[in-house]
Amino acid sequence: MPFLEVNDLLVHYPVRGGIFNRKQRVVKAVDGVHLAIEQGQTYGLVGESGSGKTTTGRAIIGLSPITSGSVLFQGRDIARSGTRMPPAVRRDIQMIFQDPYSSLNPKKRVLDIVAEPLRNFEKLSAQEEKRRVRQLLEQVGLSAESIYKYPHEFSGGQRQRIGIARAIALKPKLIIADEPVSALDVSVQAQVLNFMKDIQKELQLTYLLISHDLGIIKHMCNFIGIMYKGRYVEQGTTADIFENPQHIYTKRLLSAIPDLDPSKREKLAKLRGAVNAEYEQFHGSYFDDEGLAHPLKAITKTHSAALP
Amino acid sequence: MNEELLRIDRLTTSFRIADDYYAAVDEVTLSVGTNEIVAIVGESGSGKSALAYSIMGLHTRARIEGSIYYKGQDIASLPLSKLNKLRGKEIGMIFQDPQSALNPLMTVGDQIEEVLLLHRPELARKERRRRVIELLTKVGIPRPEHATGLFPHELSGGMRQRVVIAIAVANEPKLLIADEPTTALDVTIQLQILDLIRKLKNESGAGIILITHDLGVVAEMADRVAVMYAGQIVEIADIYTLLAGARHPYTRSLLQSIPAAGEAQSRLHVIQGIVPSLQHLPREGCRFRSRIPWIDESAHEAEPKLHEVAPGHFVRCTCHSDFHFPVHKEDDRHHAIS
Amino acid sequence: MWKTVARRTVIMIPQIFLLSILVFLLAKAMPGDALTGLLDPSIDPAAIEAQRERLGLNNPWYVQYWDWITKAVQGDFGQSFRFKLPVAELIGQRMMNTIWLSLATLVLTYLIAIPLGIISGRYHDTWADRFITGYTYLGFAAPLFIFALLMLWVFGFHFGWFPTEGSVTPGTKPGTWAYAASKIYHILLPALSMALITTVTTVQLLRSEIIDTKQKDFITTARAKGASESRVYNRHILRNSMLPIAAFFGYEITGLIGGTVFIESIFSYPGMGELFLSSISLRDFSVVTALVLLYGAASILGALISDLILGIVDPRIRIK
Repeated sequence: MPFLEVNDLLVHYPVRGGIFNRKQRVVKAVDGVHLAIEQGQTYGLVGESGSGKTTTGRAIIGLSPITSGSVLFQGRDIARSGTRMPPAVRRDIQMIFQDPYSSLNPKKRVLDIVAEPLRNFEKLSAQEEKRRVRQLLEQVGLSAESIYKYPHEFSGGQRQRIGIARAIALKPKLIIADEPVSALDVSVQAQVLNFMKDIQKELQLTYLLISHDLGIIKHMCNFIGIMYKGRYVEQGTTADIFENPQHIYTKRLLSAIPDLDPSKREKLAKLRGAVNAEYEQFHGSYFDDEGLAHPLKAITKTHSAALP
Repeated sequence: MNEELLRIDRLTTSFRIADDYYAAVDEVTLSVGTNEIVAIVGESGSGKSALAYSIMGLHTRARIEGSIYYKGQDIASLPLSKLNKLRGKEIGMIFQDPQSALNPLMTVGDQIEEVLLLHRPELARKERRRRVIELLTKVGIPRPEHATGLFPHELSGGMRQRVVIAIAVANEPKLLIADEPTTALDVTIQLQILDLIRKLKNESGAGIILITHDLGVVAEMADRVAVMYAGQIVEIADIYTLLAGARHPYTRSLLQSIPAAGEAQSRLHVIQGIVPSLQHLPREGCRFRSRIPWIDESAHEAEPKLHEVAPGHFVRCTCHSDFHFPVHKEDDRHHAIS
Repeated sequence: MWKTVARRTVIMIPQIFLLSILVFLLAKAMPGDALTGLLDPSIDPAAIEAQRERLGLNNPWYVQYWDWITKAVQGDFGQSFRFKLPVAELIGQRMMNTIWLSLATLVLTYLIAIPLGIISGRYHDTWADRFITGYTYLGFAAPLFIFALLMLWVFGFHFGWFPTEGSVTPGTKPGTWAYAASKIYHILLPALSMALITTVTTVQLLRSEIIDTKQKDFITTARAKGASESRVYNRHILRNSMLPIAAFFGYEITGLIGGTVFIESIFSYPGMGELFLSSISLRDFSVVTALVLLYGAASILGALISDLILGIVDPRIRIK
């Protein structure tokens, strides 16, 4: 049994209009996503803007309303519509947000920010709470004296660590990280990514990493799902995806990654030309009439793609 | 091969904070030739964008010292009325965020037309409209006639950036400044925009200054690269030398910290400490010193200068000559505290 | 476009319906009823009771409400006991005065706000800006009725430059130029008194919009195109900053209602506001309820106008 399993997840938003505000059409933000993550692994969800990757992440944690489908966390359905997520599960799943500048309340001290989940779930004395927050800050590499400071007194990387400290305060089992480093400079990015790997080992965390940056995904993940317009186009291990991409969309995405070797420019240009030509030529067969991907077909035990 | 188009000579751009001036760009000297792409790389706070804005004279409250020679004429000291004859005509600029770089209340057509109206008043309205459509076609916007009547919010991010580019190249500038032109875009769109910029350069032979933090973009585009740290250029070299034989500790650290798509999963290099804020920049000695504390103090120069280590390859400070990465790669989260 | 107008108008109906219930219940909750002021206190209580029964005042509230509202939608708000006139006719006489006063105030408000806001925003952090913001703070702090009294005393009584009561000089013939001039002359001081205070919100709004727009990226784009500073201001900053001002227009109407109630009383200007206050003090309930309902409807309409204006001028939410 997988640690987290998402079955046929649909998140549809109605678009209203007309005189009586009737439902006119439906935006299919997420349209039939299946995924399974094993404990202690990092699963990467990749896609461009509008692919539904963020909505998928938010739906799993209950921040976006699910139209249909199930989310099984340790075998237990946590997303049945109409019911609230049980508190025990809410402790176990935490989220790290993209923008360390807007995800922390500027009027609150670090102590209050990090202690917030503790206050919601555990009754601690003020003394005990401070001790825990200090411990958490040290765990994320910030000095324990920072507890009385405000978010603006920290750099972007440090803020993201505060966000992580808050996320791990309740010793969660699964962390959904939505573009955790895309607002940060390269060197700071490295810091946060390394750190995420460290605490993963320490706390046996499972990650669902949402990102548009394939370099980061490749660096961090064991398993990757590629989304396009709310649907999966391909899924597999990191090696499956990077070494043996099957879908034309995946190929195009991979070929667009800038290469650090300037001597390969011409070779790359040719490769990209070829990939693009293939994409144009077979677009009709790889996508349906609405321009959406077909259902996934298994290629190997780990690898599947939305082949025609 | 290329004739010199722009020469920046000891340019210092300072901002007033409280009662003092702080230099965000500190004595930068750099030249750009025709048909050349010069990339300026750095992280936030390096001064790369401040440099771009200085060339265009876009800082409203800054003190500019030094000179910027465009075709031999110093444009840093030019009165605004004369500078306005160059901006948008001889020198075009592409901005980072296509979301906010366009006026939300004006149609795409009107915004492109404005730059034609400003510099080529002799064009009749009909000709201007024709030129707008020509430009939209050139930057790859489908159904250009229809697009002229659209407002920015009706276009996708990539399409909006094409409009920004159409504005920048409308009057066939000789120099194009692109400030993080693809940072806000998806990779496939990034590729298309970079291709477009390259194509426009090849057609017109313009010189391009490409400001970016993304070494991948640099590797794809640049002929020459200047790396900036804390307001100064710390290394300049041609692209091949810079990526294969970087010397400055900062450049080398930066290259080590990218999760490169080609590499196996391993730990990334972390540069210790943080980029100091403008008010707290070290003003004396090597500015990178505090971030490589394991290197002996004596390795640094008292007043670090750019040294030509190979023809066309300049490196600041002497600390590069025996720089090495720290040997034991322990858990790096604890020395990241400032 | 028309769909949205229609939809919004449809939504207005239940809003006004709820408002009318509220107004009616509040009027009921006030001490006394329609008879209290009409009758001589020496009349036999049994006769009063008979009268109450005849007028339906002993019916349950919803029956009374139904009677009232069905008549009201036909324009019959009952009789004013004070003036012995149908309420509708009474309000009709006053309404035009209030509309003229409101219009004059609106014009003056924008005549003051636009130049001051522009100067303050464009040259912010200069002495001119500090002077103007100083004035806006004064405007926020000064209560309208005290300021209006001061204006009335200084320019009306002390200098005698303006009339101190009424809406027109008695004896002038309607339809003549003299009549129109007299009307304007009577409106000027009350309108100016109100405008000087109410304009500060708009000055502040415009100032902050301009300061905000000045720092937008597309302004940098305009400069990079080689546009002169005056073009940058006129074409890009002002146009974009005026948008919220235009949208605020509808809400100004709501503000005017509150303002005219005070101003008309202070300047003894025969408008709806003056009628409203005096009717409250004399318990002329049929007039009060009708006016509250009218004011409420005007506020709702104001909000609708604001939304529609924004929908028309802002392409991002332009109603198709």
